[in-house]
Amino acid sequence: MPELSPAAWSAIALSFKVAAVATLWGVPVATALALLLARGHFPGKALLDGIIHLPLVLPPVVTGYALLLLLGRKGPIGAFLDQQFGIVFAFRWTGAVVAAVVMALPIIVRAIRLSIEAVDVRLEQASGTLGAGRLATFFLVTLPLSLPGILAGATLGFAKALGEFGATITFVSNIPGETRTIASAIYTASQTPDGDAEALTLSAVAAVLGLAALVASELLARRARGALS
Amino acid sequence: MIDVDIRQRLGDFSLDLRFSGGAGVTALFGPSGSGKSSVIKAIAGLTRLDAGRIVVGGTVLANDGRHTPPHRRRIGVVFQEARLLPHLSVRSNLRYGRLFTPRAERRIAEEPVIDTLGIGHLLARRPATLSGGEQQRVALGRALLASPRLLLMDEPLAALDEARRREILPLIETLRDEFAIPIVYVSHAVEEVARLAAKVVVLDAGKVAREGSPADVFRAATDRFEIISVVAGRLGAPDHDFRLTPVETAAGPIWLNGLAGPVGRPVRVLVHATDVALSLARPDGLSIRTVLSGTVAGVSGGDGPTVTVDLALEGGDRLAASVTRRSAVELDLTPGRSVFALVKAAALDERPV
Repeated sequence: MPELSPAAWSAIALSFKVAAVATLWGVPVATALALLLARGHFPGKALLDGIIHLPLVLPPVVTGYALLLLLGRKGPIGAFLDQQFGIVFAFRWTGAVVAAVVMALPIIVRAIRLSIEAVDVRLEQASGTLGAGRLATFFLVTLPLSLPGILAGATLGFAKALGEFGATITFVSNIPGETRTIASAIYTASQTPDGDAEALTLSAVAAVLGLAALVASELLARRARGALS
Repeated sequence: MIDVDIRQRLGDFSLDLRFSGGAGVTALFGPSGSGKSSVIKAIAGLTRLDAGRIVVGGTVLANDGRHTPPHRRRIGVVFQEARLLPHLSVRSNLRYGRLFTPRAERRIAEEPVIDTLGIGHLLARRPATLSGGEQQRVALGRALLASPRLLLMDEPLAALDEARRREILPLIETLRDEFAIPIVYVSHAVEEVARLAAKVVVLDAGKVAREGSPADVFRAATDRFEIISVVAGRLGAPDHDFRLTPVETAAGPIWLNGLAGPVGRPVRVLVHATDVALSLARPDGLSIRTVLSGTVAGVSGGDGPTVTVDLALEGGDRLAASVTRRSAVELDLTPGRSVFALVKAAALDERPV
Protein backbone atom coordinates (compact mmCIF):
# COMPACT_ATOMS: atom_id res chain seq x y z
CA MET A 1 0.00 0.00 0.00
CA PRO A 2 1.41 3.37 -0.98
CA GLU A 3 2.48 5.75 1.74
CA LEU A 4 0.19 8.69 2.49
CA SER A 5 1.73 12.12 2.01
CA PRO A 6 1.69 14.68 4.85
CA ALA A 7 -0.86 16.64 2.82
CA ALA A 8 -3.13 13.59 2.67
CA TRP A 9 -2.81 13.09 6.43
CA SER A 10 -3.70 16.72 6.97
CA ALA A 11 -6.82 16.27 4.81
CA ILE A 12 -7.84 13.19 6.82
CA ALA A 13 -7.32 15.02 10.12
CA LEU A 14 -9.29 18.01 8.88
CA SER A 15 -12.17 15.81 7.69
CA PHE A 16 -12.34 14.21 11.13
CA LYS A 17 -12.33 17.57 12.86
CA VAL A 18 -15.03 18.96 10.56
CA ALA A 19 -17.21 15.83 10.82
CA ALA A 20 -16.87 15.66 14.62
CA VAL A 21 -17.77 19.31 15.17
CA ALA A 22 -20.59 19.08 12.61
CA THR A 23 -22.03 16.08 14.47
CA LEU A 24 -21.80 17.85 17.84
CA TRP A 25 -23.73 20.84 16.50
CA GLY A 26 -25.98 18.92 14.17
CA VAL A 27 -27.40 16.35 16.59
CA PRO A 28 -28.98 18.78 19.11
CA VAL A 29 -30.38 20.89 16.28
CA ALA A 30 -31.67 17.77 14.52
CA THR A 31 -33.20 16.48 17.77
CA ALA A 32 -35.10 19.72 18.31
CA LEU A 33 -36.32 19.70 14.69
CA ALA A 34 -37.23 15.99 14.86
CA LEU A 35 -39.25 16.57 18.06
CA LEU A 36 -41.06 19.47 16.40
CA LEU A 37 -41.89 17.32 13.38
CA ALA A 38 -42.81 14.19 15.35
CA ARG A 39 -44.92 15.74 18.11
CA GLY A 40 -45.75 19.28 17.04
CA HIS A 41 -48.92 20.49 15.38
CA PHE A 42 -48.43 23.83 13.67
CA PRO A 43 -49.11 25.41 10.30
CA GLY A 44 -46.20 25.11 7.89
CA LYS A 45 -45.02 21.78 9.27
CA ALA A 46 -44.86 20.23 5.80
CA LEU A 47 -42.92 23.26 4.57
CA LEU A 48 -40.37 22.98 7.41
CA ASP A 49 -40.03 19.28 6.65
CA GLY A 50 -39.43 20.14 2.99
CA ILE A 51 -36.81 22.79 3.75
CA ILE A 52 -34.88 20.41 6.02
CA HIS A 53 -34.88 17.75 3.31
CA LEU A 54 -34.07 20.12 0.45
CA PRO A 55 -30.26 19.53 0.54
CA LEU A 56 -31.01 15.84 -0.08
CA VAL A 57 -32.51 16.56 -3.52
CA LEU A 58 -30.74 19.77 -4.60
CA PRO A 59 -27.42 19.55 -6.42
CA PRO A 60 -24.91 20.02 -3.55
CA VAL A 61 -23.35 22.88 -5.46
CA VAL A 62 -26.65 24.77 -5.17
CA THR A 63 -26.68 24.30 -1.40
CA GLY A 64 -23.08 25.48 -1.21
CA TYR A 65 -23.85 28.48 -3.39
CA ALA A 66 -26.86 29.36 -1.21
CA LEU A 67 -24.60 29.20 1.86
CA LEU A 68 -22.09 31.45 0.12
CA LEU A 69 -24.79 33.97 -0.72
CA LEU A 70 -26.25 33.94 2.80
CA LEU A 71 -23.21 33.40 4.98
CA GLY A 72 -20.46 34.87 2.81
CA ARG A 73 -18.84 38.07 4.08
CA LYS A 74 -21.16 40.12 1.90
CA GLY A 75 -24.22 37.94 2.50
CA PRO A 76 -26.98 39.28 4.79
CA ILE A 77 -26.30 36.82 7.62
CA GLY A 78 -22.55 36.58 7.05
CA ALA A 79 -22.07 40.34 7.13
CA PHE A 80 -24.10 40.64 10.32
CA LEU A 81 -22.16 37.87 12.08
CA ASP A 82 -18.86 39.37 10.95
CA GLN A 83 -19.68 42.89 12.13
CA GLN A 84 -21.43 41.99 15.38
CA PHE A 85 -19.44 39.01 16.58
CA GLY A 86 -16.43 38.77 14.29
CA ILE A 87 -17.58 35.32 13.15
CA VAL A 88 -16.58 34.42 9.62
CA PHE A 89 -17.51 31.17 7.90
CA ALA A 90 -16.50 31.77 4.28
CA PHE A 91 -13.26 30.01 3.27
CA ARG A 92 -12.68 28.78 6.85
CA TRP A 93 -12.86 25.26 8.23
CA THR A 94 -15.82 26.41 10.34
CA GLY A 95 -17.63 27.07 7.06
CA ALA A 96 -16.93 23.47 6.09
CA VAL A 97 -18.64 22.52 9.37
CA VAL A 98 -21.69 24.61 8.44
CA ALA A 99 -21.86 22.99 5.00
CA ALA A 100 -21.53 19.52 6.56
CA VAL A 101 -24.29 20.23 9.11
CA VAL A 102 -26.70 21.44 6.43
CA MET A 103 -25.97 18.47 4.20
CA ALA A 104 -26.13 15.89 7.01
CA LEU A 105 -29.20 17.35 8.74
CA PRO A 106 -31.85 15.54 6.63
CA ILE A 107 -30.55 12.08 7.44
CA ILE A 108 -29.95 12.87 11.12
CA VAL A 109 -33.43 14.39 11.49
CA ARG A 110 -35.00 11.44 9.69
CA ALA A 111 -33.36 8.84 11.96
CA ILE A 112 -34.21 10.72 15.16
CA ARG A 113 -37.75 11.55 14.06
CA LEU A 114 -38.50 7.90 13.35
CA SER A 115 -37.32 6.87 16.79
CA ILE A 116 -39.22 9.67 18.55
CA GLU A 117 -42.36 8.63 16.70
CA ALA A 118 -41.77 5.09 17.92
CA VAL A 119 -41.88 6.24 21.56
CA ASP A 120 -45.27 5.30 23.01
CA VAL A 121 -47.24 8.50 23.66
CA ARG A 122 -48.98 6.66 26.48
CA LEU A 123 -45.70 6.53 28.40
CA GLU A 124 -45.40 10.30 28.04
CA GLN A 125 -48.96 10.62 29.32
CA ALA A 126 -48.14 8.42 32.30
CA SER A 127 -45.13 10.61 33.01
CA GLY A 128 -47.42 13.65 32.95
CA THR A 129 -49.87 12.15 35.42
CA LEU A 130 -46.92 11.52 37.74
CA GLY A 131 -46.22 15.24 37.80
CA ALA A 132 -43.57 15.65 35.10
CA GLY A 133 -44.02 18.71 32.89
CA ARG A 134 -43.38 18.58 29.16
CA LEU A 135 -39.70 19.43 29.42
CA ALA A 136 -39.07 16.92 32.20
CA THR A 137 -40.99 14.27 30.25
CA PHE A 138 -38.87 14.98 27.18
CA PHE A 139 -35.57 14.58 29.03
CA LEU A 140 -36.62 11.66 31.25
CA VAL A 141 -38.78 9.64 28.86
CA THR A 142 -38.73 10.68 25.20
CA LEU A 143 -35.01 11.37 24.89
CA PRO A 144 -33.70 8.19 26.57
CA LEU A 145 -36.22 6.05 24.68
CA SER A 146 -35.18 7.52 21.34
CA LEU A 147 -31.47 7.19 22.12
CA PRO A 148 -30.95 4.34 19.62
CA GLY A 149 -32.20 6.57 16.83
CA ILE A 150 -30.17 9.54 18.04
CA LEU A 151 -26.98 7.47 18.11
CA ALA A 152 -27.71 5.96 14.72
CA GLY A 153 -28.47 9.42 13.34
CA ALA A 154 -25.26 10.81 14.84
CA THR A 155 -23.06 8.15 13.27
CA LEU A 156 -24.80 8.39 9.91
CA GLY A 157 -24.47 12.16 10.06
CA PHE A 158 -20.79 11.80 10.95
CA ALA A 159 -20.25 9.55 7.94
CA LYS A 160 -22.12 11.95 5.69
CA ALA A 161 -20.11 14.93 7.00
CA LEU A 162 -16.88 13.00 6.48
CA GLY A 163 -17.63 12.56 2.80
CA GLU A 164 -19.28 15.91 2.01
CA PHE A 165 -17.84 17.51 -1.11
CA GLY A 166 -20.07 19.59 -3.37
CA ALA A 167 -21.47 22.11 -0.90
CA THR A 168 -18.16 22.35 0.94
CA ILE A 169 -15.99 23.14 -2.08
CA THR A 170 -18.54 25.67 -3.35
CA PHE A 171 -18.87 27.46 -0.01
CA VAL A 172 -15.35 27.34 1.45
CA SER A 173 -13.26 26.33 -1.58
CA ASN A 174 -10.32 23.93 -1.39
CA ILE A 175 -7.58 25.52 0.69
CA PRO A 176 -4.86 23.11 1.84
CA GLY A 177 -4.74 22.88 5.63
CA GLU A 178 -7.90 24.99 6.05
CA THR A 179 -10.72 23.57 3.96
CA ARG A 180 -9.17 20.71 1.98
CA THR A 181 -11.03 17.68 3.31
CA ILE A 182 -10.56 14.09 2.11
CA ALA A 183 -13.08 14.57 -0.68
CA SER A 184 -11.47 17.80 -1.88
CA ALA A 185 -8.01 16.22 -1.67
CA ILE A 186 -9.19 13.28 -3.81
CA TYR A 187 -10.62 15.72 -6.34
CA THR A 188 -7.35 17.70 -6.43
CA ALA A 189 -5.25 14.57 -6.76
CA SER A 190 -7.42 13.22 -9.56
CA GLN A 191 -6.92 16.46 -11.49
CA THR A 192 -3.13 16.38 -11.01
CA PRO A 193 -0.78 14.43 -13.33
CA ASP A 194 0.69 11.45 -11.33
CA GLY A 195 -1.95 11.99 -8.65
CA ASP A 196 -3.72 8.68 -9.32
CA ALA A 197 -2.00 6.76 -6.52
CA GLU A 198 -2.87 9.39 -3.94
CA ALA A 199 -6.46 9.66 -5.23
CA LEU A 200 -6.90 5.89 -5.06
CA THR A 201 -5.40 5.60 -1.58
CA LEU A 202 -7.54 8.40 -0.22
CA SER A 203 -10.62 6.88 -1.88
CA ALA A 204 -9.89 3.61 -0.11
CA VAL A 205 -9.52 5.50 3.18
CA ALA A 206 -12.87 7.24 2.58
CA ALA A 207 -14.56 3.92 1.81
CA VAL A 208 -13.16 2.27 4.93
CA LEU A 209 -14.17 5.20 7.17
CA GLY A 210 -17.66 5.35 5.68
CA LEU A 211 -18.19 1.63 6.08
CA ALA A 212 -16.89 1.72 9.65
CA ALA A 213 -19.32 4.51 10.52
CA LEU A 214 -22.25 2.63 8.98
CA VAL A 215 -21.41 -0.56 10.85
CA ALA A 216 -20.91 1.39 14.09
CA SER A 217 -24.27 3.08 13.59
CA GLU A 218 -26.00 -0.25 13.17
CA LEU A 219 -24.25 -1.80 16.19
CA LEU A 220 -24.97 1.18 18.42
CA ALA A 221 -28.62 1.16 17.48
CA ARG A 222 -28.88 -2.58 18.10
CA ARG A 223 -27.11 -2.33 21.44
CA ALA A 224 -29.25 0.55 22.62
CA ARG A 225 -32.38 -1.31 21.60
CA GLY A 226 -31.17 -4.39 23.46
CA ALA A 227 -30.54 -2.37 26.61
CA LEU A 228 -34.16 -1.29 26.61
CA SER A 229 -35.80 -4.65 26.28
CA MET B 1 -64.39 15.08 47.95
CA ILE B 2 -64.72 14.89 44.23
CA ASP B 3 -67.23 16.72 42.10
CA VAL B 4 -67.38 16.04 38.41
CA ASP B 5 -69.49 17.78 35.80
CA ILE B 6 -68.34 16.94 32.30
CA ARG B 7 -69.63 18.09 28.97
CA GLN B 8 -67.39 17.03 26.15
CA ARG B 9 -67.71 16.12 22.48
CA LEU B 10 -65.35 13.37 21.38
CA GLY B 11 -65.83 12.73 17.68
CA ASP B 12 -69.35 11.38 17.28
CA PHE B 13 -69.56 10.47 20.98
CA SER B 14 -70.39 12.91 23.71
CA LEU B 15 -70.18 12.93 27.47
CA ASP B 16 -72.77 14.79 29.46
CA LEU B 17 -72.72 13.74 33.06
CA ARG B 18 -72.23 14.79 36.60
CA PHE B 19 -71.55 12.81 39.73
CA SER B 20 -69.78 13.16 43.02
CA GLY B 21 -67.81 10.78 45.16
CA GLY B 22 -66.71 10.67 48.76
CA ALA B 23 -63.95 8.87 50.59
CA GLY B 24 -63.23 5.31 49.51
CA VAL B 25 -63.91 3.92 46.06
CA THR B 26 -66.34 5.44 43.59
CA ALA B 27 -66.84 2.92 40.79
CA LEU B 28 -67.67 3.87 37.23
CA PHE B 29 -69.54 0.92 35.83
CA GLY B 30 -71.01 0.25 32.42
CA PRO B 31 -70.57 -1.55 29.11
CA SER B 32 -67.61 -0.79 26.84
CA GLY B 33 -68.19 2.40 24.92
CA SER B 34 -70.28 3.92 27.70
CA GLY B 35 -67.63 6.58 28.33
CA LYS B 36 -65.91 5.27 31.46
CA SER B 37 -62.36 5.72 30.19
CA SER B 38 -63.19 9.11 28.70
CA VAL B 39 -64.29 10.27 32.16
CA ILE B 40 -60.96 9.08 33.59
CA LYS B 41 -59.04 10.96 30.89
CA ALA B 42 -61.03 14.12 31.55
CA ILE B 43 -60.43 13.94 35.31
CA ALA B 44 -56.71 13.28 34.76
CA GLY B 45 -56.54 16.29 32.46
CA LEU B 46 -55.49 14.30 29.39
CA THR B 47 -58.45 15.82 27.55
CA ARG B 48 -60.12 19.23 27.86
CA LEU B 49 -63.72 19.84 28.83
CA ASP B 50 -66.00 21.77 26.52
CA ALA B 51 -67.90 22.88 29.59
CA GLY B 52 -68.40 21.84 33.17
CA ARG B 53 -66.03 21.59 36.11
CA ILE B 54 -63.88 19.16 38.02
CA VAL B 55 -63.21 19.73 41.69
CA VAL B 56 -61.08 17.38 43.77
CA GLY B 57 -60.66 17.87 47.49
CA GLY B 58 -61.69 21.52 47.20
CA THR B 59 -59.26 22.32 44.38
CA VAL B 60 -60.81 23.37 41.06
CA LEU B 61 -58.93 21.54 38.30
CA ALA B 62 -61.10 22.52 35.38
CA ASN B 63 -63.82 25.10 35.18
CA ASP B 64 -65.55 26.32 32.02
CA GLY B 65 -62.56 26.53 29.74
CA ARG B 66 -59.84 26.82 32.38
CA HIS B 67 -57.73 23.71 32.36
CA THR B 68 -55.00 22.61 34.75
CA PRO B 69 -52.52 20.42 32.82
CA PRO B 70 -52.14 16.81 34.02
CA HIS B 71 -48.77 17.30 35.67
CA ARG B 72 -50.12 20.01 37.96
CA ARG B 73 -53.25 18.10 39.03
CA ARG B 74 -51.57 15.64 41.37
CA ILE B 75 -53.97 12.91 40.33
CA GLY B 76 -52.50 9.43 40.08
CA VAL B 77 -53.59 7.16 37.27
CA VAL B 78 -53.29 3.38 37.06
CA PHE B 79 -53.97 2.41 33.46
CA GLN B 80 -55.11 -0.90 32.08
CA GLU B 81 -51.57 -1.53 30.85
CA ALA B 82 -48.98 -0.80 33.51
CA ARG B 83 -47.16 1.83 31.38
CA LEU B 84 -43.95 1.47 33.36
CA LEU B 85 -41.00 3.36 31.92
CA PRO B 86 -39.00 0.61 30.20
CA HIS B 87 -35.60 2.29 30.51
CA LEU B 88 -35.81 2.68 34.28
CA SER B 89 -35.53 0.12 37.06
CA VAL B 90 -38.54 -0.71 39.21
CA ARG B 91 -37.04 1.44 41.96
CA SER B 92 -36.67 4.46 39.67
CA ASN B 93 -40.19 3.93 38.35
CA LEU B 94 -41.51 3.97 41.92
CA ARG B 95 -39.59 7.14 42.73
CA TYR B 96 -40.45 8.91 39.50
CA GLY B 97 -43.54 10.72 40.77
CA ARG B 98 -41.88 11.65 44.04
CA LEU B 99 -39.37 13.71 42.06
CA PHE B 100 -42.14 16.12 41.14
CA THR B 101 -44.06 16.07 44.42
CA PRO B 102 -43.39 19.11 46.61
CA ARG B 103 -41.68 18.04 49.82
CA ALA B 104 -44.56 19.14 52.02
CA GLU B 105 -47.01 17.04 49.99
CA ARG B 106 -45.16 13.74 50.32
CA ARG B 107 -47.59 12.03 52.65
CA ILE B 108 -47.00 8.49 51.54
CA ALA B 109 -43.78 6.76 52.51
CA GLU B 110 -42.01 4.28 50.29
CA GLU B 111 -41.58 1.35 52.64
CA PRO B 112 -45.17 0.63 53.64
CA VAL B 113 -46.25 0.79 50.00
CA ILE B 114 -43.49 -1.57 48.86
CA ASP B 115 -44.32 -3.92 51.75
CA THR B 116 -48.06 -3.89 51.12
CA LEU B 117 -47.58 -4.57 47.42
CA GLY B 118 -44.89 -7.21 48.01
CA ILE B 119 -42.52 -5.78 45.42
CA GLY B 120 -39.40 -5.40 47.56
CA HIS B 121 -37.59 -8.16 45.68
CA LEU B 122 -38.23 -6.53 42.30
CA LEU B 123 -36.63 -3.13 42.92
CA ALA B 124 -33.48 -3.67 40.87
CA ARG B 125 -35.26 -5.28 37.91
CA ARG B 126 -36.29 -3.76 34.60
CA PRO B 127 -40.06 -3.64 33.88
CA ALA B 128 -39.71 -5.89 30.83
CA THR B 129 -38.54 -8.76 33.05
CA LEU B 130 -41.66 -8.63 35.27
CA SER B 131 -44.85 -10.62 34.85
CA GLY B 132 -48.09 -8.78 34.08
CA GLY B 133 -49.25 -8.97 37.69
CA GLU B 134 -45.92 -7.71 39.01
CA GLN B 135 -45.94 -4.82 36.54
CA GLN B 136 -49.42 -3.79 37.65
CA ARG B 137 -48.39 -3.92 41.31
CA VAL B 138 -45.44 -1.63 40.55
CA ALA B 139 -47.77 0.69 38.61
CA LEU B 140 -50.06 0.88 41.67
CA GLY B 141 -47.10 1.70 43.90
CA ARG B 142 -45.76 4.28 41.47
CA ALA B 143 -49.08 6.14 41.31
CA LEU B 144 -49.47 6.01 45.08
CA LEU B 145 -45.94 7.23 45.87
CA ALA B 146 -46.59 10.52 44.10
CA SER B 147 -48.99 11.14 47.05
CA PRO B 148 -51.88 12.06 44.78
CA ARG B 149 -55.08 13.80 45.87
CA LEU B 150 -57.06 11.19 44.02
CA LEU B 151 -56.24 7.88 42.40
CA LEU B 152 -57.87 6.96 39.10
CA MET B 153 -57.89 3.32 38.08
CA ASP B 154 -58.91 2.49 34.55
CA GLU B 155 -59.73 -1.23 34.50
CA PRO B 156 -56.44 -2.04 36.22
CA LEU B 157 -57.20 -5.77 36.28
CA ALA B 158 -58.64 -6.18 32.81
CA ALA B 159 -55.36 -7.21 31.18
CA LEU B 160 -54.61 -9.83 33.84
CA ASP B 161 -55.64 -13.46 34.16
CA GLU B 162 -58.03 -14.65 36.87
CA ALA B 163 -55.31 -15.75 39.27
CA ARG B 164 -53.49 -12.39 39.07
CA ARG B 165 -56.80 -10.58 39.56
CA ARG B 166 -57.48 -12.48 42.76
CA GLU B 167 -54.01 -11.55 43.93
CA ILE B 168 -54.26 -7.83 43.20
CA LEU B 169 -57.87 -7.07 44.13
CA PRO B 170 -57.20 -7.48 47.88
CA LEU B 171 -54.15 -5.24 47.50
CA ILE B 172 -56.31 -2.47 46.09
CA GLU B 173 -58.64 -3.00 49.03
CA THR B 174 -55.72 -2.65 51.45
CA LEU B 175 -54.42 0.47 49.71
CA ARG B 176 -57.88 2.00 49.89
CA ASP B 177 -58.08 1.40 53.63
CA GLU B 178 -54.48 2.03 54.67
CA PHE B 179 -53.53 5.08 52.68
CA ALA B 180 -56.92 6.81 52.80
CA ILE B 181 -56.88 8.08 49.23
CA PRO B 182 -60.16 8.54 47.39
CA ILE B 183 -60.25 6.30 44.34
CA VAL B 184 -62.27 6.43 41.13
CA TYR B 185 -62.33 2.92 39.78
CA VAL B 186 -63.45 1.98 36.29
CA SER B 187 -64.61 -1.55 35.67
CA HIS B 188 -67.21 -3.61 33.93
CA ALA B 189 -66.78 -6.51 36.37
CA VAL B 190 -69.61 -6.61 38.93
CA GLU B 191 -67.48 -8.62 41.36
CA GLU B 192 -64.72 -5.99 41.51
CA VAL B 193 -67.15 -3.12 41.87
CA ALA B 194 -69.31 -4.82 44.50
CA ARG B 195 -66.27 -5.66 46.53
CA LEU B 196 -64.43 -2.34 46.38
CA ALA B 197 -66.92 0.43 45.92
CA ALA B 198 -68.74 2.60 48.42
CA LYS B 199 -70.64 4.12 45.53
CA VAL B 200 -71.39 2.98 42.00
CA VAL B 201 -72.08 5.30 39.07
CA VAL B 202 -73.53 3.39 36.13
CA LEU B 203 -72.76 5.00 32.78
CA ASP B 204 -74.62 4.43 29.57
CA ALA B 205 -73.89 6.23 26.29
CA GLY B 206 -72.03 9.05 28.02
CA LYS B 207 -74.67 9.70 30.66
CA VAL B 208 -75.27 8.59 34.22
CA ALA B 209 -77.90 5.85 34.12
CA ARG B 210 -78.06 5.05 37.86
CA GLU B 211 -76.01 5.73 40.95
CA GLY B 212 -76.00 4.54 44.52
CA SER B 213 -74.56 1.84 46.75
CA PRO B 214 -73.48 -1.39 44.98
CA ALA B 215 -76.40 -3.23 46.64
CA ASP B 216 -78.98 -0.73 45.36
CA VAL B 217 -77.49 -0.35 41.91
CA PHE B 218 -77.09 -4.01 41.02
CA ARG B 219 -80.51 -4.96 42.43
CA ALA B 220 -82.11 -2.37 40.18
CA ALA B 221 -81.12 -4.00 36.87
CA THR B 222 -84.02 -4.85 34.57
CA ASP B 223 -82.72 -7.99 32.86
CA ARG B 224 -83.25 -10.84 35.34
CA PHE B 225 -79.82 -12.32 34.58
CA GLU B 226 -78.17 -9.04 35.60
CA ILE B 227 -79.99 -8.59 38.90
CA ILE B 228 -77.44 -9.19 41.62
CA SER B 229 -77.80 -8.73 45.35
CA VAL B 230 -74.93 -7.85 47.64
CA VAL B 231 -75.21 -9.45 51.07
CA ALA B 232 -72.74 -8.42 53.76
CA GLY B 233 -71.43 -10.73 56.45
CA ARG B 234 -68.34 -12.05 58.18
CA LEU B 235 -66.42 -15.21 57.47
CA GLY B 236 -67.16 -17.96 59.98
CA ALA B 237 -65.17 -21.03 61.00
CA PRO B 238 -64.70 -23.21 57.91
CA ASP B 239 -65.78 -26.82 57.58
CA HIS B 240 -62.44 -28.40 56.77
CA ASP B 241 -63.83 -31.85 55.97
CA PHE B 242 -65.98 -30.57 53.12
CA ARG B 243 -63.91 -27.46 52.36
CA LEU B 244 -66.76 -25.02 52.85
CA THR B 245 -66.78 -21.63 54.55
CA PRO B 246 -69.85 -19.97 56.04
CA VAL B 247 -70.47 -16.27 55.73
CA GLU B 248 -72.38 -15.38 58.87
CA THR B 249 -75.23 -12.96 58.24
CA ALA B 250 -78.15 -11.95 60.43
CA ALA B 251 -80.46 -13.96 58.17
CA GLY B 252 -78.39 -17.13 58.44
CA PRO B 253 -75.11 -18.53 57.12
CA ILE B 254 -74.30 -18.48 53.42
CA TRP B 255 -72.07 -21.42 52.53
CA LEU B 256 -69.23 -20.79 50.11
CA ASN B 257 -67.10 -23.24 48.20
CA GLY B 258 -63.56 -23.57 49.48
CA LEU B 259 -61.71 -21.98 52.33
CA ALA B 260 -62.28 -18.28 51.86
CA GLY B 261 -60.01 -16.61 54.39
CA PRO B 262 -59.50 -15.64 58.04
CA VAL B 263 -62.41 -15.96 60.43
CA GLY B 264 -64.12 -12.64 61.14
CA ARG B 265 -63.13 -10.87 57.92
CA PRO B 266 -65.99 -8.75 56.60
CA VAL B 267 -67.04 -9.83 53.12
CA ARG B 268 -69.72 -9.09 50.57
CA VAL B 269 -71.37 -12.00 48.79
CA LEU B 270 -72.88 -11.56 45.35
CA VAL B 271 -76.05 -13.52 44.70
CA HIS B 272 -77.66 -13.65 41.27
CA ALA B 273 -81.45 -13.36 41.44
CA THR B 274 -81.75 -16.43 39.21
CA ASP B 275 -79.85 -18.52 41.78
CA VAL B 276 -82.39 -17.88 44.53
CA ALA B 277 -85.44 -20.07 45.19
CA LEU B 278 -88.17 -19.26 47.74
CA SER B 279 -89.97 -21.47 50.20
CA LEU B 280 -92.74 -20.74 52.70
CA ALA B 281 -91.46 -23.30 55.19
CA ARG B 282 -87.92 -24.11 56.25
CA PRO B 283 -87.18 -26.88 53.76
CA ASP B 284 -86.28 -30.44 54.62
CA GLY B 285 -84.75 -33.08 52.43
CA LEU B 286 -83.15 -30.64 50.03
CA SER B 287 -79.56 -30.46 48.90
CA ILE B 288 -79.50 -26.72 49.52
CA ARG B 289 -77.91 -25.76 52.84
CA THR B 290 -78.01 -21.97 52.55
CA VAL B 291 -81.36 -20.86 53.88
CA LEU B 292 -81.91 -17.18 54.66
CA SER B 293 -84.98 -15.86 56.40
CA GLY B 294 -86.73 -12.65 55.49
CA THR B 295 -89.97 -11.06 54.44
CA VAL B 296 -91.27 -10.05 51.03
CA ALA B 297 -90.83 -6.30 50.52
CA GLY B 298 -92.24 -6.09 47.04
CA VAL B 299 -92.82 -7.90 43.76
CA SER B 300 -91.98 -6.34 40.41
CA GLY B 301 -91.97 -7.51 36.82
CA GLY B 302 -95.55 -6.86 35.72
CA ASP B 303 -97.30 -9.41 33.54
CA GLY B 304 -94.28 -11.25 32.23
CA PRO B 305 -93.64 -14.92 32.94
CA THR B 306 -91.00 -14.09 35.58
CA VAL B 307 -91.14 -11.57 38.39
CA THR B 308 -88.55 -10.26 40.80
CA VAL B 309 -89.32 -10.71 44.47
CA ASP B 310 -87.55 -8.19 46.66
CA LEU B 311 -86.81 -9.65 50.08
CA ALA B 312 -85.89 -7.78 53.23
CA LEU B 313 -83.55 -10.20 54.98
CA GLU B 314 -83.28 -10.28 58.71
CA GLY B 315 -80.57 -7.77 59.52
CA GLY B 316 -81.61 -5.32 56.82
CA ASP B 317 -79.84 -6.50 53.64
CA ARG B 318 -81.94 -6.90 50.53
CA LEU B 319 -82.03 -9.99 48.38
CA ALA B 320 -83.71 -10.27 44.99
CA ALA B 321 -85.17 -13.57 43.81
CA SER B 322 -86.28 -14.24 40.28
CA VAL B 323 -89.26 -16.63 40.21
CA THR B 324 -92.07 -17.36 37.78
CA ARG B 325 -95.17 -15.29 38.15
CA ARG B 326 -97.14 -18.51 38.65
CA SER B 327 -95.01 -19.38 41.74
CA ALA B 328 -95.47 -15.90 43.08
CA VAL B 329 -99.23 -16.22 42.74
CA GLU B 330 -99.49 -19.76 44.05
CA LEU B 331 -97.28 -19.05 47.11
CA ASP B 332 -99.10 -15.75 47.61
CA LEU B 333 -95.84 -13.79 47.70
CA THR B 334 -97.18 -10.44 48.76
CA PRO B 335 -95.46 -7.76 50.87
CA GLY B 336 -95.10 -8.73 54.49
CA ARG B 337 -95.08 -12.50 53.91
CA SER B 338 -92.31 -14.42 55.71
CA VAL B 339 -90.28 -16.62 53.40
CA PHE B 340 -87.06 -18.57 53.28
CA ALA B 341 -84.62 -17.84 50.48
CA LEU B 342 -82.65 -20.82 49.25
CA VAL B 343 -79.28 -20.23 47.62
CA LYS B 344 -77.31 -22.99 45.95
CA ALA B 345 -73.76 -22.90 47.33
CA ALA B 346 -72.46 -24.33 44.07
CA ALA B 347 -73.79 -21.28 42.23
CA LEU B 348 -71.91 -18.80 44.43
CA ASP B 349 -68.64 -17.56 43.20
CA GLU B 350 -66.22 -17.76 46.10
CA ARG B 351 -63.68 -15.59 44.28
CA PRO B 352 -65.18 -12.14 44.64
CA VAL B 353 -65.82 -12.22 48.37
